[in-house]
Amino acid sequence: MKITINGTIKTIDNAMNIHNFLISEGYEDKLVAIAINNHFIARTAYNDYTIQDNDIIEIVAPMQGG
Amino acid sequence: MTQTWDINGAEISSRLFLGTAGYSSLDALRQSIESSTPGLITVSLRRENAAGKGQSFWNIIKEFDIPVLPNTAGCYGVEEAITTAEMAREIFDTNRIKLEVIGDDYTLQPDPYGLLLATEKLIDKGFEVYPYMTDDLVLAQRLVDLGCNILMPWGSPIGSGRGLNNIYALRQLRERFPDKTLVIDAGLGAPSHAAQAMEMGYDAILLNTAVAKAGDAPLMAGAFAKAIEAGRAAYLSGIIAKQEHATPSTPLLDKPFWHQEKS
Repeated sequence: MKITINGTIKTIDNAMNIHNFLISEGYEDKLVAIAINNHFIARTAYNDYTIQDNDIIEIVAPMQGG
Repeated sequence: MTQTWDINGAEISSRLFLGTAGYSSLDALRQSIESSTPGLITVSLRRENAAGKGQSFWNIIKEFDIPVLPNTAGCYGVEEAITTAEMAREIFDTNRIKLEVIGDDYTLQPDPYGLLLATEKLIDKGFEVYPYMTDDLVLAQRLVDLGCNILMPWGSPIGSGRGLNNIYALRQLRERFPDKTLVIDAGLGAPSHAAQAMEMGYDAILLNTAVAKAGDAPLMAGAFAKAIEAGRAAYLSGIIAKQEHATPSTPLLDKPFWHQEKS
């Protein structure tokens, strides 16, 4: 299925929850937060949400800011 | 002179809030924090790749025992700002949010209507909103009505270095909201700008570019910290009223030749 990660379209083979998705994408040790289709998904809900076709996923981390 | 102060129940060690963006290096950022010991450090969120480019920055900030103030910089819409705030709360483990809803590309002027809508929703969600706002009195009142205890009017547009553009409006805010925490956010260029705001009774200064883009950022950070302390001390001391005529500072009574009779 086709998804968009941080503005880049990508194809993934299997439906998976966010927890497994982050591991598969190499984020398992990173401090990140997630929004899907413009809605924040809390860390506590990572096992409950299964990535859907055409999902738009934002993965963010701490960055410099003023 | 440095004393802790209270902001919404949190003990803060300095009246300088320092931004972390735009430094020549992470080492320059670290040294600037060391030389100014800010009360809050502002941080943001950006897209992260698997390489983890944001993690090294965060590791530096964590070295300091200074609370952070996440922002929603770059947000032009209400829902975008709210989602960003929610992500920031989870990452930084704080309810504080510096709420930016930008309304104009050229001046980066906050959108007052979007700011009010986002503030209301975020307060409902339990956030402690630090609204980045213009110096508009009515907007300030509406934000207070929504429950804001802190207001952060701009001095002038972000990064402009112009200082305090509208002294009259900023004085009005201080006079009309004596019990609210007022922070000048954005537009300062020189430490004297910060001292001027503090002499007016503002509670704190938030700045970034004036330090980050200075020739020697750590030195400038220290200069701002001193100016903020000086301005605060001056405000507490009671600045004399201006007058149109001179008053000699040295007593004239019994000075040599005082009213000497002419022979």
